[in-house]
Amino acid sequence: MIIVNEDWCKGCGMCIERCPVKALEQSDKLNRRGVYPPRLKENNNCNYCRLCELICPDFAITVIPDENLLKKTVKPKLIPVRRVRA
Amino acid sequence: MQELSAELIRKKYLRDEMWPSIFCNGCGIGNVLDYTLRAIEELNLDLDEIVFVSGIGCSSRLPGYINADGLHTTHGRAIAFATGVKAVNPDLKVIVFTGDGDCAAIGGNHFIHAIRRNVDITVIMVNNFIYGMTGGQLAPTTPIGSRSTTSPYGNIEPPFDLCELAKVIGAPYVARWTVSHPYRPIKSIKRGIEKKGFAYIELLTPCPTAYGRRNRLGDIKELWKWYDENTILIEEYERIMKYGSDEEKERASKMIKIGVFQDIEKPEYFEEYYKLIDRLKEGGK
Repeated sequence: MIIVNEDWCKGCGMCIERCPVKALEQSDKLNRRGVYPPRLKENNNCNYCRLCELICPDFAITVIPDENLLKKTVKPKLIPVRRVRA
Repeated sequence: MQELSAELIRKKYLRDEMWPSIFCNGCGIGNVLDYTLRAIEELNLDLDEIVFVSGIGCSSRLPGYINADGLHTTHGRAIAFATGVKAVNPDLKVIVFTGDGDCAAIGGNHFIHAIRRNVDITVIMVNNFIYGMTGGQLAPTTPIGSRSTTSPYGNIEPPFDLCELAKVIGAPYVARWTVSHPYRPIKSIKRGIEKKGFAYIELLTPCPTAYGRRNRLGDIKELWKWYDENTILIEEYERIMKYGSDEEKERASKMIKIGVFQDIEKPEYFEEYYKLIDRLKEGGK
């Protein structure tokens, strides 16, 4: 489950973009600032890695892990290691 | 202990009446605050023992959002004020938030002399390549070829690499990361706060309003991707410079190096100062 503090969200959309399992989408309701805050998809693969919570610059998302987690865990890209190809 | 979450940080560290923050949509300065507070939480520090100091600029608004003692000082003098705080009470942890204009341009001399003395403070430099608050003028860290309000046809001045400068003068801890990879900056800030001596952590933050818009880097998602694609780990850079082909070397030389530049131990200024006082009290010379 995720809790979104809707009035604090500015709608940059990085949580939706960076989610490793694409579990988030824009909601269909505008908030006070006139942007669409994120929400969990109906059928999602969220495995509570907390990356969205971590990269939200406005402290608007809180992830509450499920007690009985049965989904397969996909780890997000943690380290900026990348080979330079010519 | 409660599990670390945004809700916990909000209740424990933030002044609720100041939020939501003033920063533009897509600005990375909120991330810098997030990572710093997470590092403090992981170190289990008391907020009464920490003083946040800042100068002038976008990044320097950060102490106002934290429910702790803070100083919002004159332009460029954040490090000078931080040295003063440390001189009065060496038991305090002093964290300085400063921007690239604040630290590299007007406060450049305070910066190098604080490193020379090795004062025990943690400087978190928010580098967005431009003077964001005043409307996007050329900063000393703007890369060659970038456009700004005062360089509309492209910048011709070579930029200042503060990490290399701090390393050469001998700062005990020097690191640079981007905000798009969250785990490494948290680790670095933790290490910097624990370090006895001057710790310098530079964080590359996107500025979609001033830098991104003038340089046609696209929307926020494109800008974050630009930061991922144009940075290179320092170990990887050194490997390419040693064994890589000419094409690889040319590509790598255009990228921004990130990583831990220096991690050494050095005698700290105020420790030496109190040692001197003790020595003179005992009647030594």
